[in-house]
Amino acid sequence: MDLKDLYRDVILDHNRKPRNLGRLAPPARSARGHNPLCGDQLTVYADVDGGVLREVKFEGTGCAISVASASLMTDAVRGKTTAQAEALFGEIHDLLTRQGAEAPASLGKLAALSGVREFPARVKCASLCWHTLRAALAAEAAPVSTE
Amino acid sequence: MSAQIRATPAEFDVARYRADFPILAERIHGKPLVYLDNGASSQRPTAVLDAERRYAEHMHANVHRGVHTLSQRATDAFEGARERVRVFLNARSSREIIFTRGTTEAINLVAQSYARPKLAPGDEILITWLEHHANIVPWQMVAAATGAKLVVAPINRRGELELEAFARLLGERTRLVATAHVSNALGTVLPVKEIVALAHARNIPVLLDGAQAVPHTAVDVRALDCDFYAFSAHKMYGPTGIGVLYGRESLLEAMPPWQGGGDMILSVSFTGTTYNELPHKFEAGTPHMGGAVGLAAAIDYIDGIGLERIAAYEHGLLEYATERLGTIEGLELVGTARDKASLVSFTLKGVHPHDLGTILDQSGIAIRTGHHCAMPVMEYFGVPATARASFAFYNTRAEIDVLVEAVAAAKTLFG
Repeated sequence: MDLKDLYRDVILDHNRKPRNLGRLAPPARSARGHNPLCGDQLTVYADVDGGVLREVKFEGTGCAISVASASLMTDAVRGKTTAQAEALFGEIHDLLTRQGAEAPASLGKLAALSGVREFPARVKCASLCWHTLRAALAAEAAPVSTE
Repeated sequence: MSAQIRATPAEFDVARYRADFPILAERIHGKPLVYLDNGASSQRPTAVLDAERRYAEHMHANVHRGVHTLSQRATDAFEGARERVRVFLNARSSREIIFTRGTTEAINLVAQSYARPKLAPGDEILITWLEHHANIVPWQMVAAATGAKLVVAPINRRGELELEAFARLLGERTRLVATAHVSNALGTVLPVKEIVALAHARNIPVLLDGAQAVPHTAVDVRALDCDFYAFSAHKMYGPTGIGVLYGRESLLEAMPPWQGGGDMILSVSFTGTTYNELPHKFEAGTPHMGGAVGLAAAIDYIDGIGLERIAAYEHGLLEYATERLGTIEGLELVGTARDKASLVSFTLKGVHPHDLGTILDQSGIAIRTGHHCAMPVMEYFGVPATARASFAFYNTRAEIDVLVEAVAAAKTLFG
């Protein structure tokens, strides 16, 4: 195991200069994620229009893995449909947990997270933002109904 | 005698003591283990491991029950361990020594059995801002159940208790003071004698959470004059799953049992039950006998070295670590109390504590990163987490050098 496998340049760069930092006002969807083990906290905002994630932002505090993962995620899912984002969630989940899994080309820069699986204690850091995005999308996927 | 008390690091044969701890020979990621997470759990010497094994191989059966030989041996071993703890704490009677699963269970016992029946709406429990969650949440639970209020005494930027403010918070409605002896997150040693004196002047009993104190300082519950003292074996070179509640006998006598079951009764019928005497009244069910034996062996081991010598050596480590870490730019110590146990809590600019923890682990160094189960302390200092290196007498200056080098390398990696 080499530390540079975990802390690749892409990760260090996105930690130092997180993309899409900030918040979106309602009606953008949002959810808060919390990793009680390390105290990482983040909020993910998603402006969904016609089933497409027009804008995605996040804010919070966390380790380099969690900040970089959130930064990479917001870049990756912007412009995607919710179904595509969900598919990407599955691919990331595989990448973080399946030994020896090759990163599919569709992951793009997200493939930089593949080193995380060698550090089991840190998998949750990388997946927190994805679970939070999912929660944000689910929050209003079931619209309030009077039926 | 006084020469022994003023032992210098040079006189302290750390290599000899290290050889007593088999796990210290482990290699982590190909590097020698540098174990600096003693505040979370310390390691066990061969003497403790052997005692636990000897108990299992030659003495084990259930206690206080059988007429057969093994049951008698187990009872003797278990009650012998209780007596050893009594001597260690200088308690008046072994009836005052209750075995628990650990500090947390000991505090919960006092919360549920002492505090809860006594508390009325508007009554107050006074704690400090430095507490571990184990000395916060049990009081919140009884407060919620009784309408009592949790009052928190403030600290200053060094991480010391503001004693005058604490004194002012002792009021007509204060029913109990519960405070750490040594802060787990910052290492601050609290002025417990003064705390007890101030509280007792108003007839308020005091519980001390000694989890972080017992491995570093001799505890004399009579000299401290505290009413309850709680600690765990596994932070003082003993096994997990066993701890102690010391309680003043008059208070324990008046308290109802907390948990019901076997061993805590004298007779049971469906019309009523007569509870057993102290200390058994508070020890329902089969206890952790092997753990108690291990704890007694840990006490023997510590006594063999001498807590004064341990404290003097560890203080040298603390000074050395404070000085060396201070040379790293961007490193900020969190908790700089004038009276401090041997741990350093710190943040490093640009490197989150969790990343630091992973990076140090690759160099074989075990430290704790996170909120240390003391989230209010983190909140006070405005940090989500810190890195904490906590030292034992088996640590060395060379290990602190390894730590300092690895921290500096982490800084370079994160640029």
